[in-house]
Amino acid sequence: MGRSPATKDDAQALFHSLRSAYSATPTNLKIIDLYVVFAVFTALIQVVYMAIVGSFPFNSFLSGVLSCVGTAVLAVCLRIQVNKENKEFKDLPPERAFADFVLCNLVLHLVIMNFLG
Amino acid sequence: MKISPAEDSQAMARKVGIIAVLLAVASICEAVAIFHPISESHRSAALELFSPVAGSFSSLEEAYEALRTFEVLGIEKKPDVKDHTCNSVVDTLSLMSSNSRDLYHALRVNGLLKCEISNEALTGIVSRLKDAVKDATSLLDYYHSIGGLLLIKDQSSEVDVLLENADGTLRSIKALSQSDGRWRYSSSNPESSTRAAGLAFETISGVISLAASAIDETLIGTLKKDIMKLFDSIEKYDDGSYYFDDKHIDASGHQGPLSATSAVVRGLTAFASTSESLNIPEDKILGLARFFLGIGVPGNSKDLYYQIDTLSHLENNRVSVPLVLSLPATVLSLTSKDKLKVKVSTVLGSSAPPLSVKLMQVFSSGSKDASVLNKDLHFDPKEAIYSLDDLPEGVDIGEYVFAFEIVLSDPEYKRKFATGGRTKVPVHVTGVVKVDNAKAAVLEGDVVESEKKLDLPGKNDLALSANHLQKLRLSFMLTTPFGKPFKPHQALLKLRHETGVEHIFVVENSGRHFEITLDFLGLVEKFFYLSGQYNIDLTVGDAVMENSFLEPLGSVELDLPKAPEKATQPPPQAANPYLRYGPKAEIAHIFRAPEKRPPQEVSFAFLGLVLVPFLAFLVGLLRLGVNFKNFPTSAIPATFAILFHGGIAAVLILYVLFWLKLDLFTTLKTLGLIGIFLMFVGHRTLSHLASTSAKLKSA
Repeated sequence: MGRSPATKDDAQALFHSLRSAYSATPTNLKIIDLYVVFAVFTALIQVVYMAIVGSFPFNSFLSGVLSCVGTAVLAVCLRIQVNKENKEFKDLPPERAFADFVLCNLVLHLVIMNFLG
Repeated sequence: MKISPAEDSQAMARKVGIIAVLLAVASICEAVAIFHPISESHRSAALELFSPVAGSFSSLEEAYEALRTFEVLGIEKKPDVKDHTCNSVVDTLSLMSSNSRDLYHALRVNGLLKCEISNEALTGIVSRLKDAVKDATSLLDYYHSIGGLLLIKDQSSEVDVLLENADGTLRSIKALSQSDGRWRYSSSNPESSTRAAGLAFETISGVISLAASAIDETLIGTLKKDIMKLFDSIEKYDDGSYYFDDKHIDASGHQGPLSATSAVVRGLTAFASTSESLNIPEDKILGLARFFLGIGVPGNSKDLYYQIDTLSHLENNRVSVPLVLSLPATVLSLTSKDKLKVKVSTVLGSSAPPLSVKLMQVFSSGSKDASVLNKDLHFDPKEAIYSLDDLPEGVDIGEYVFAFEIVLSDPEYKRKFATGGRTKVPVHVTGVVKVDNAKAAVLEGDVVESEKKLDLPGKNDLALSANHLQKLRLSFMLTTPFGKPFKPHQALLKLRHETGVEHIFVVENSGRHFEITLDFLGLVEKFFYLSGQYNIDLTVGDAVMENSFLEPLGSVELDLPKAPEKATQPPPQAANPYLRYGPKAEIAHIFRAPEKRPPQEVSFAFLGLVLVPFLAFLVGLLRLGVNFKNFPTSAIPATFAILFHGGIAAVLILYVLFWLKLDLFTTLKTLGLIGIFLMFVGHRTLSHLASTSAKLKSA
C-alpha cells in the first residue's frame, strides 16, 4: 500500500519541524538544555557501569547518580525560570534564578560529597 | 576437707571423728563446744607473726604488742631487738615534741624492757603529762596521759605522780559518758562506742589509783552502775561465748568485737583492782574467756595481741578467774578401751586450784533428756588430768554430749573462780561394727537359684550370672560392740559395667538386717540395655565405725535384651576423667570475605567514558557560540565577577578536599566563611549584571 514510506515520511517531516522549532529557541536556553543532556548521559554511563561490576559501594553509586540527576533537575528549574515565554516568572530577574541555581547546586554537592565516602 | 569415711582404714576413722566433732557442735543443743586453753600453737604463731623487720619494730605501739605477747606466752626476747627498741624509747621520751600518745607507748615498752631512764628525765615527763591532763579535751588525751603517769608510778618509786584535782578529772571524763553505758571519744563527736567505754574505765581506774586524796564514793558508785549498764549490751554466741561489738567504725580505725571486748575487759579488770565488790555474774566472765579462746590461733598480729593480752588480764583478775574444762581427745574408741580424760586449767594453761570433776549426764545424739549419773573422775596429779576408768553403762558407739560439773574443794574459791555450772562437751565413741550373715543370691521369681556366702569385710570374688528375668539379692547384718542394731551413714551398692557406666543403689535396712534386691526386669532401661560383666562394690561406712569398708565383691554377668531403636544412649565415659576438663577444639574466627572488586582496567575505562559527556558538553557549547561578551569590563565589576567565579571554584575545591581528607565540621566552618563571601560578591556581580541588562532593555 505505501503505508511504511508514508509513515517514514511523516516521521521525517515531524523530526524536521521539531528541529526548526528548536533552533528558534534562545541560545541561553540551548546552553541549559545541553547541560541537562550532559548530566543525564553521565548518569546513564554510571548506571551501565554498575550493571557491569555490581553495586558494591552502593553509597558511591547513589551519590554519583543522584548528583547528575539533581543537577539536571536544578537546570530544568533554571530553564523554566529564565524562559521569557513563561508568564509566571515574568517578574523574576534571570540573575536571581541563576543565583538560586548556583546556591542549590552547592548545597546538593555538599551532600553528595558527604555521601560519596 | 571432709573425707568420705568409706575409704578409710581404722586409723583414719579416728581422725575423721575429730573433724566430725565440729559438725556435731552445730547439730546438738546449744552451749556445746570445746574450748582449749592457750597452747604451743599460740607460741609458734606469735614467733611467726611478730618477727621484727631488720631487728626493730615499725612503731613503739607494735613493739609493745609484740613484747607483751612474748612476755605472756613466756617467749624469750632477743637482745639485739631489746637494744634497738630501747634506743627508740629513749629518743621518744627525750623529744620535746612528743605528745602524750607517743610518751604513753614509749613508757609501755619501757615497762617491759626496763631501759635505762634517769629519774630526772622521768620527772620532766611527769610534769609534761600532768599538763596534758589539765589541757585534755578528748577521751584519748586523758587515756594516754593518765596511762603514762600510771606506768611511771609502776616503774620508779621515787618520782611523784599523784594527781591533785582527781575529782575534777573524773568528772570531766564522766561527762563523756552516755546513758546506754557507751562512751563518746570527745564532746564534739556524737558517735559513741563500746571500745571507748573500755578505755574510759581503764582511765578512771588509773585516776583513782593516782589520786592524792580520797575520791568521792558516790562517783565510784555511779561508775559501777555504768559498768553494769554496759553489760546489758553484751552479745552472745550459741556456744556460750559473750562479747561486745561496736556497730560503727570509730575514729581510730579499730573495729570489730575483738578490740571492743578487749578494751572492756581491760577496763573492767583495772577497775576491779582498785576497788572490790564489782558484781559481774560469773557466766559472763567465763563467756568472755570463751570468746577469746574460741577464736583459736588468730592469723594476724593485732588479733593475737588482743587475744593474749585480754586472756592474761582475765587470768589474774579480781572479779573472778575463769576455769576452762577441755578434753584432750574427744574421740574414744571402744576397741582400744580409751579412757575419758578431762583437763581443767586457767585460760593461759596454768594449773587450777584443787577441785573435783563430776560427769553428770550423758546425752545421746538428738535427745534432750538423760539420767543423772554423778560420777566422780579420778585425778592423776602427775599429768594433771581427770579420768574415768570405764565409760558409763550403755554407752555404745555413736555421738554423745557429756555434761561435766566442776566442784571446787575449798568453798572460799567459789567467789574467786568462775567454773560455769554444767559444761557440755561433744564426744564421739567409735568401735568395730560386726558384719555377719552376708550373702549374695540370684533369684528366679522368688526361688533362690544360686546363693553364695560373703566374707565381710574381707576379700570376696563372686562370679554370678543373671538374665533380665531374674533378681540379685544381697543381705547382711550389722551389730554394734554391745549387740545393738546399727544404721551406718552410708550403705551403698555399686554396679560398674565394663565400659565404665556405673549405677549406685542404697541398701535399706530394718533393724539389724540390711537387704537390697535388684529386679533386673525393671532396671533394664536404667542400665541402657548394656549386657556384659558388671563389677559389684559394696560400701558401708560411718564416722563412728572403725572398720568402714569399700570392698569389691566380684562380678555378675548380666544378659539383657537388645536395645530398641529409640533407647537412650549411655553417657559417654571419658577415657581419662581429667580429659573432661581439658582444652576444647579451637574455634577459628571466620572473617567477612571482602567484596569482589572489578578489575582496574574496567574501572579506568569507565572513568574515561564518564568524562566523554563532559567533553561533548564543552564541544556543544563552542558550537552554540558561547562568548564572554557580557563579562563586565570596567574595573570594579570585573573584580567582583572574578571573585564570584573564584568563590565558586573555592567551594568546589573545598568539596574535593572534604572528600579526600577533611571532616564535616571543618568543611562546614570553611564553607560558611566562603559562603558569606560568595553571597556578598555574587550579589554585587549579579545585581550589576541585572542593572546592565535592564538599562539595555529600556534603552
